[in-house]
Amino acid sequence: MLPHILESAKLFYPELALTIAFCFVILAGLVTRNRIFTGLAGMAGVLAALYFVSVQAPVDGTAFSDMLAVDGFSRFFKIVILAATFIVQLFSLQSAELKSRAMGTAEYNALLTALALGMCLMAGASNMLMMYLALELTSITSYLLAGYTREAEDSAEAALKYVIYGAVASGMMLYGISIVYGLTGALDIYSVNQALGSGQVNLWTLILAGILITVGFGYKISAVPFHFWTPDVYEGAPVTITALLSVASKAAGFAMMIRFFRVTFADLIMGGQETGAWAMLGGFEWNEVLAVLAVLSMTLGNLVALWQNNLKRLLAYSSIAHAGYMLLGVVTMSPEGVSAVMIYFVVYLFMNLGAFYVVMLVADKTGSEEMSAYAGLGQRSPFIGVAMTIFLLSLTGIPPTAGFVGKLYIFSALIGAKMIGLVVIGALNSVVSLYYYVRILKNMFLKDAAPGGAVFGLSVPEVAMLLLLLVPTLLLGLYFGPLVEYAQASVSIFGIPR
Amino acid sequence: MHITLTHYVIVSALLFSLGLFAVLSRRNAILVLMGIELILNSANINFIAFSRFGGSDMGGQAVAIFVIILAAAEAAVALAIVLNIYQRFHTVNVDDINKLRE
Repeated sequence: MLPHILESAKLFYPELALTIAFCFVILAGLVTRNRIFTGLAGMAGVLAALYFVSVQAPVDGTAFSDMLAVDGFSRFFKIVILAATFIVQLFSLQSAELKSRAMGTAEYNALLTALALGMCLMAGASNMLMMYLALELTSITSYLLAGYTREAEDSAEAALKYVIYGAVASGMMLYGISIVYGLTGALDIYSVNQALGSGQVNLWTLILAGILITVGFGYKISAVPFHFWTPDVYEGAPVTITALLSVASKAAGFAMMIRFFRVTFADLIMGGQETGAWAMLGGFEWNEVLAVLAVLSMTLGNLVALWQNNLKRLLAYSSIAHAGYMLLGVVTMSPEGVSAVMIYFVVYLFMNLGAFYVVMLVADKTGSEEMSAYAGLGQRSPFIGVAMTIFLLSLTGIPPTAGFVGKLYIFSALIGAKMIGLVVIGALNSVVSLYYYVRILKNMFLKDAAPGGAVFGLSVPEVAMLLLLLVPTLLLGLYFGPLVEYAQASVSIFGIPR
Repeated sequence: MHITLTHYVIVSALLFSLGLFAVLSRRNAILVLMGIELILNSANINFIAFSRFGGSDMGGQAVAIFVIILAAAEAAVALAIVLNIYQRFHTVNVDDINKLRE
């Protein structure tokens, strides 16, 4: 037993680094109230984890009796998650909203590292118990962080809505897991797959359980119809946390969902001989369920975003729509589709965090997140205006920005899987999304600033932060070869033949 | 009467439905949280029953222990959040706490 644990611990360095950072920051909070110090300590932990992920040997394996899979797929998602956490930690150092709170800054920074830990575990979870534990670790820390500025009524309300929706969704997922356990007698998803493959399982019970488990995934990636918490939580939570939830926790949810569907329901013997697409066990096409979720998410997210005047709420609906686009990549059930989702996440990381960073800067300087605060921003602060324009065009998917590359690979994977109908729906949705993104641009450049709308400059760290997000958003739109190659090389899931 | 696996599964399904019903119909945040506890415990009954009747595998019982611990952690966090809500809004009725959706 002990040699096995020590052997596994070697694959577990990134998570260990985060755990140590978490404990250190909590303890440091007992002796110092310095938010910069605890923030930097948390960042050091995340950087160490990033380092350990990047130096891991490119071998696939599992740790702790198949609890966690360590493979190219999980490494890729861990990098996305840790990079997003690191950028949000940088935001947190600057955020005026957080500076206004004197108490509990060490807890804030500790919870951020715990959140990163939970999300890294989600990316690797290959046992249904581990999936549930990782999901709960992520969720519980997110509830606390969403309610962090608890003096504010918005934040308190966001936390309440989040905890109720989250607990119900994860409870339903747990019930689904218990049914799968009853059907197959196994918790580890590889054994579940074998048991399902033997064919002595009631298909309808399995579908019911699968749908209950999908509720949990749907809540985590905020897909319609499990999205009800998203707008309220995104609007009420501190903007740094909103940014993190919209990118990293979505990435973790997708990683866990793709691994679960890929391993559990795939017919490993018959799958992928001619077409490269995955065959499903028992003849039930899970991707049709996901296709419905994807179409609903895109359409509802984009249409409701049209009426929003609060930027955080608008970006919340936009993130629901983006979850829909990414689900389209999963629907193809092919390595091309999964690598397209991975490419999309890298792109989405920069453009979405960029948009939220601009929202944070404007909110810190004008005290408002409403559309009206953006009137004349192009004249008042040209650099922010131009940066926001690029982020929004990228979110729409207009070349030569990175967002175009993300959508291009999703749609080409769909065409490769001969799902032309979904491509048409996705493209139409992009057109609708253009309308509300351009509404912000119109406000920034064509409207005059309200009287008293102050001209504001940017400090050097703020310019540097904007550039850090802006340069990749443009660069990945023009030079995306290495990213695509890396994503395509990383689709390998442990125990699954390519 | 001999108690079989079916009885346990029926009890757990009933408990799950009651929990879901409580979540959907109750407006008091505390009662909603109680509904969530019912959902989690219905899954626990399933895990333990399947583990007991399904063979020698102890995995299900281990899951139940983890779930009990997590339910406690979740309840602690949820109650802290509800307490905070009560201090801000002087109510724990989830319908009255609706400042965000103007």
